[in-house]
Amino acid sequence: MKQSKRFFMIPYFIWIGLFVIAPLVLILYQSLTNTQHQFTLQNYATYGTSTTYLHMSLNSLWYAFLITAITLLISYPAAYFLSKLKHQQLWLLLIILPTWINLLLKAYAFIGLLSRTGSVNQFLTFVGIGPQQLLFSDASFLLVATYIEIPFMILPIYNAIVELNPALINASRDLGATNWQTFRRVIFPLTISGVKAGVQAVFIPSLSLFMLTRLIGGNRVITLGTAIEEHFMTTMNWGMGSTIGVVLIVMMFIIMALTNDRRKKRREVNDDEEN
Amino acid sequence: MKKIKFSSVYLVLVFIILYIPIFYLIFYSFNQGGNMNHFTGFTWAHYQELFSDKRMLVIVLDTFLIAILSSLFATIIGTFGALGIAGRKSQRTKSALLTLNNVLMVSPDVIIGASFLILFSALGIGLGFGSVLLSHIAFSIPIVVLLVLPKVNELDPALLNAAQDLGATNWQTFSRVIVPYITPGIFSGFFMAFTYSLDDFAVTFFVTGNGFTTLSVEIYSRARQGISLEINALSAVMFLFSLLLVVGYYFVNRYSHSRRQKQRRHAKSEVTLS
Repeated sequence: MKQSKRFFMIPYFIWIGLFVIAPLVLILYQSLTNTQHQFTLQNYATYGTSTTYLHMSLNSLWYAFLITAITLLISYPAAYFLSKLKHQQLWLLLIILPTWINLLLKAYAFIGLLSRTGSVNQFLTFVGIGPQQLLFSDASFLLVATYIEIPFMILPIYNAIVELNPALINASRDLGATNWQTFRRVIFPLTISGVKAGVQAVFIPSLSLFMLTRLIGGNRVITLGTAIEEHFMTTMNWGMGSTIGVVLIVMMFIIMALTNDRRKKRREVNDDEEN
Repeated sequence: MKKIKFSSVYLVLVFIILYIPIFYLIFYSFNQGGNMNHFTGFTWAHYQELFSDKRMLVIVLDTFLIAILSSLFATIIGTFGALGIAGRKSQRTKSALLTLNNVLMVSPDVIIGASFLILFSALGIGLGFGSVLLSHIAFSIPIVVLLVLPKVNELDPALLNAAQDLGATNWQTFSRVIVPYITPGIFSGFFMAFTYSLDDFAVTFFVTGNGFTTLSVEIYSRARQGISLEINALSAVMFLFSLLLVVGYYFVNRYSHSRRQKQRRHAKSEVTLS
């Protein structure tokens, strides 16, 4: 039994070696070489001293932060109200469905909606504001990115809220807490794990949405993802692209460390309480 | 009473925002005029154009071929991976394997795409159908593992002992006991892998090369050139397809769920009887 099991696991281990470990090692190795394939720390030096790269990284972080914050503000109430509905499975399905529509198609829809003679501008003209340059602006990038990420924020928060024991809320009310107090002291702290999972699911992809910056942002917003794509596909400077990639991976680990650590502990505590 | 009203208004707004762009696309796919601004009259022309577009049809077929093949391979490899991870005795090995498994789940697409591109060029694999297929298998495996693993963990060791006590060979235990038990997990794994593959743009964009295109990449390059209502027609077709997939998934899930509940009820009643 053991022997045969080992045998069947071989493809899985090959996968781990070839497609998990090797790519990480290769991207790190590539970041330490220049265009002549010589070993060098030049890429990191360039990255660390160039104001363009640093400014771009900060900008990318700032936009990812904004996208995450706006998404959270919209999604938390939505998830909370969803958890109070009848036929929740059906509503949930309706939240999930848009995530199954190809991302490019959704971006394409916004090109139509926001274009100079598009529906939004027609509406603005109708109201009397007059047509605005909507497409290829920072705001349009934020809008579309937020739109795309909303379901990914709603789902984990919804799951956390559903797991919440209603007796706790009743207890808080019985003890004389106002709605706001109940929310701030009971509901929100107990659903923070969902918020963290949502932030993780939204923040990391937001750093790398290069197709949106190209199609919607009109290259005004350059994210880390855009820079990587540019270096790999256009300027063919894989070394510098990999360096930015390594920076992105490091940021990813920082975000995961910030959003992961306590959740496990809390879950253990909860398990103990249940036992 | 007022509060309930506010919450429904809020939810309705969220749903409207979520669906406006999608229905906007579909609505204008029937537009006689060539743009997404003024609806001048109803026509099927863009659908006719879409279905007679040979290049587009080849791309659609290629995309589905990649999706089916990659999810099939990913499901097989991932299922054995999940069985293997669950079979590990030491907790530390298990969590180490799971961490490695999840690397591709949390990595941004751009990183996966770029690092796979480096990998393929290092291995001397040419870009095209093969590299795209390999990449799709690679990024679909972890989700299969994550969906099959809970099922494997639920598996009662007593069942396996019983099978072997009754004289089942390893293969029989595997095919008659283990696989039927974890089938719901395998199905959802296959299903998620399939949608991952259909949806992927960023990774494919990096590893696709010049000769081979999938739908996402094609839409990207066409959208960069501006508006063409053929894409609207395509999005309407794809929306219908996604709708079918979601509804199908929902019913498969419900079916396995209700079956499990029935089994549980069954088990309970047997316990009370004895």
